[in-house]
Amino acid sequence: MKTIAELYARCEAMQPKMAVRRGLAQIEKDGYRRHVLICAGTGCTSSSSLKIAAALEENLKAQGLENDVKIVKTGCFGLCAVGPIMIVYPEGTFYSQVAVEDVAEIVETHLKNDKIVTRLVYSDEHTPKVEGQSVALSDTTFYKRQHRVALRNCGFIDPECIDEYIAMDGYKALAKVLTSMTPDDVIKVVLDSGLRGRGGGGFPTGMKWSFAKKSVSEKKYVVCNADEGDPGAFMDRSVLEGDPHAVIEAMAIAGFAIGADEGYVYVRAEYPIAVRRLKLAIEQARAEGLLGKNILGTGFNFDMQVRLGAGAFVCGEETALLTSIEGNRGEPKPRPPFPAVKGLFDKPTIINNVETYANIAQIINNGAEWFASMGKDKSKGTKVFALSGRIQHTGLVEIPMGTPLREIVYGVGGGVPNGKAFKAAQMGGPSGGCIPASLIDTNIDYDSLAAIGAMIGSGGLVVMDEDNCMVDIAKFFLEFTVDESCGKCTPCRVGIRKMLDILTRITEGNGEEGDIEKLEELAYMIKTNSLCGLGQTAPNPVLSTIRYFRDEYEAHIREKRCPAGACKKLSNFYILTDKCIGCGLCAKNCPVGAIERLPKEDFPDKKLAPFTIDTSKCIKCGVCLGNCKFKAIIKK
Amino acid sequence: MALTQEQLAAKMEELKAFIEENKNVDGPLMPIMQKAQESFGYLSIEVMTMIADALDIPVSKIYGVATFYAQFSLTPKGDNIIQVCTGTACYVKGAQAVLDKVIEELGIHSGETTADGKFTIQDTRCLGCCGLAPVMTINEDVYGRMVPGQVKGILDKYRAL
Repeated sequence: MKTIAELYARCEAMQPKMAVRRGLAQIEKDGYRRHVLICAGTGCTSSSSLKIAAALEENLKAQGLENDVKIVKTGCFGLCAVGPIMIVYPEGTFYSQVAVEDVAEIVETHLKNDKIVTRLVYSDEHTPKVEGQSVALSDTTFYKRQHRVALRNCGFIDPECIDEYIAMDGYKALAKVLTSMTPDDVIKVVLDSGLRGRGGGGFPTGMKWSFAKKSVSEKKYVVCNADEGDPGAFMDRSVLEGDPHAVIEAMAIAGFAIGADEGYVYVRAEYPIAVRRLKLAIEQARAEGLLGKNILGTGFNFDMQVRLGAGAFVCGEETALLTSIEGNRGEPKPRPPFPAVKGLFDKPTIINNVETYANIAQIINNGAEWFASMGKDKSKGTKVFALSGRIQHTGLVEIPMGTPLREIVYGVGGGVPNGKAFKAAQMGGPSGGCIPASLIDTNIDYDSLAAIGAMIGSGGLVVMDEDNCMVDIAKFFLEFTVDESCGKCTPCRVGIRKMLDILTRITEGNGEEGDIEKLEELAYMIKTNSLCGLGQTAPNPVLSTIRYFRDEYEAHIREKRCPAGACKKLSNFYILTDKCIGCGLCAKNCPVGAIERLPKEDFPDKKLAPFTIDTSKCIKCGVCLGNCKFKAIIKK
Repeated sequence: MALTQEQLAAKMEELKAFIEENKNVDGPLMPIMQKAQESFGYLSIEVMTMIADALDIPVSKIYGVATFYAQFSLTPKGDNIIQVCTGTACYVKGAQAVLDKVIEELGIHSGETTADGKFTIQDTRCLGCCGLAPVMTINEDVYGRMVPGQVKGILDKYRAL
């Protein structure tokens, strides 16, 4: 495409091809009467969604429907818990947990004979199943409360098709910026929108851009941080897998704003699907003249390339990331100078997170006020969260900033499964903290969370229930940071290790009086003296769990007891004799022969005598607990 | 699977060509090392020396980079790579017990390879399919919603290969 007129014409021409997906019952120009969307994100691919797509193709051919039904492989729909997901348009029928074996029935019943396969239609307690009726994704409780900006195309378009992105007004923001705005206009809009960095720092994006613009240099860089390292976080991956062009367009806009002509995306090698789609999207944009020289005939040049991470968490820290692109050990550098002054290859550089970029085109198209109208106080817009752990609806959600945690856990997330009690939500990964059940009404925004010692972080939200031990969770995060500390500065390298030693001792029943105070003292030292964000925030999970669950620490130290029954050395397995039916499955599978049948004469009422566990022999592997179908085995 | 001399030589040539093509881009070292890791499965001293010579940098620098990142390995890996996700979501759903079981079954620790060269256990934090937690992968195969009791049966499938 050489001109803006061509871009608009392409968008116009695509509209009839998206009509079915917008719910219009009609036959498209190229013959399709239906679109079947299948999630091809990492989550659903892991549960064989690609096999389903292949089976669908085969079945459609066999029925002679291949020109009637279009198969669209999309990015993540969000509701990973019930994947693989399939949506049939124009009806919008939402099928969940589809198996390869179900495909023939869907083709025969629905795609050929226009009848809904009720058996496979999604349902939950708020969305009951009605024979022959379809449920739309947008009608489920999981979706109703969401507001999709960064994820607006995820699960709707084919991320490998640039025309579908263009159909959704893609690259119009870039066109607008190049023809009707000055770099200062662009920065002002981003500033006024109130957008703050979505990677965890929360620094105002517009301000970052204005610093880089002010730096004088013949060469500048735009970098995208897609080194999403927080365990349990998959927002960035989902955006790259579901809508890669949104990031490319935004980086080009950023390049225009600060005066850069080159961009880098630093993405985790552990995300092969995201890497492949991003590379493909860059090639497509280049082929269409949306990247490269003289973009849309405006004289603006911008191109970009992908660099892969190599499995180092610290490279999510901006200075470490830039050092890594340069081809070094990914060790952070002291700031200042900030990257906006002296960044990649010593040139002024802006570095923003994937989700931050995913908002940019929307802000340009809809205006700063539109974006600022969402959210609360100093936290504008929406935030994407990866909801996981002990929660009904594991998945990807996008909600306006300032939404109370309760709404996310019970409204969108559907609550804690198996009738267990919500204990805490961990946010911000290894840098973050937890929000206890008593504070579940806290609003999720930058400042409200900071006030209670937690943080939004990049968006991982892991739900814990009564069976999770908070001391163990704190230890889990420290094991992670000890592993990932680059070793450059002593407070982080040695200090976190010392904290982990203390935590290990506590969880093994060797905690001493005064350990909590020692942890707090070390935490203070590490936070104030570490070089980079990794060390400065590493003690947070410990501090936050001590703050809200001090009694659990004390129980471990004083009573040598783990109240949640999670710490192996402090808990034992028991068989509830009244629930045990004596089937013997546990004894059969016990690797050390620690389970024996009790004497029959003691249980005259039972058909078979129950079993018991010899705790001195037990190695606490948990196999018996996993095998018992009668919930007769407990750990405490 | 060990490579034959011819295969090894061919891969060396391929790497040389890749270096030639990329040595003038900004920051060429990581992409070149990633290419080497991908084609050889690990970075031998010969490969590292070759890269060092081609880029005119000390081998110690390459060794430094190789040991910093988890993706690079200095020793060959087993035929089957096992990853038990110990990301937060999998951890709170009992991934540690699954990993413990794999370690017990194979008699090696995380990061090690069995003596017969069949299995390597690799550390991993979050594979990104938290909906299936806890997750174990062997090569490209994904096993979701794992319980320790399933481990032996799954490993046996690969032992038989």
